[in-house]
Amino acid sequence: MMQAFDYVEVKVPAKPQYVGVARLAISGLASRVGFTYDEIEDLKIAASEAVTNAVQHAYSDGKVGEVILGCAIYEDRLEIVVTDHGQSFDFEETKKKVGPYQDWNDESPLREGGLGLYLMETLMDEVKVDHGEGVIVFMTKYLGRERGEGHVKPTVFS
Amino acid sequence: MNLQVQQIDKDLVHNFKVIGEIDIYTAPKLKEHLASLEHAEGMEVELDLSEVNYMDSTGLGVFVGFYKEVTAHNGSLVITGLNQRLYRLFEITGLNEIMKIEQAEGGEDDASV
Repeated sequence: MMQAFDYVEVKVPAKPQYVGVARLAISGLASRVGFTYDEIEDLKIAASEAVTNAVQHAYSDGKVGEVILGCAIYEDRLEIVVTDHGQSFDFEETKKKVGPYQDWNDESPLREGGLGLYLMETLMDEVKVDHGEGVIVFMTKYLGRERGEGHVKPTVFS
Repeated sequence: MNLQVQQIDKDLVHNFKVIGEIDIYTAPKLKEHLASLEHAEGMEVELDLSEVNYMDSTGLGVFVGFYKEVTAHNGSLVITGLNQRLYRLFEITGLNEIMKIEQAEGGEDDASV
């Protein structure tokens, strides 16, 4: 069963100076969904890491294309797809194609940005990637969910 | 979106204050500033990040690279003024175990339970 969602797509040139623009868009959407301040900061970093990877990938290919940030806004979560093949895509179809990032081969451009990928994984609830036609990162963050164990400071009970 | 780096040397300690956002766009500027420092044996460097309001892995990458440079010259590097958000980035990447970092004073949630 497909849940209803609002879809927002942001397309920016695959250039470093636009990563901050994508970040601002995510910040606005995340606040619309109702995430907390800390969660919004997490989303900003995770989205920036994905867009940064796409920009670096575009640069290493010597062509300056575009990065698309597709955001599906659900009642309980925010799903983000970042791709660098510069063409709009079917969000649901794209979602079906991606798998866990361990499936990536070693030639994947994301491997080089190992720290960025690690941060995405830590800050989001789910991260999947695919490197078919372009780099595709798919990630989800749920509302009101605790972060991965071991990364959260114990909170003082009141 | 911008980044400023101020260098205020105190005695023999090179003191940098970084202001703004560190990402793929601004990281090269930061790297350039740090690279302009003459690498003297036993150099002491302090990086104040108290006015950095955004940072991701590109910033961490710059600091790791700089840390290697400094330690290769038997120097020391201390990163100060980290707010909770920034500290957490160092923490989840395990860099707090390697590098000397100090949280900002008066961090609201400093309770070690």
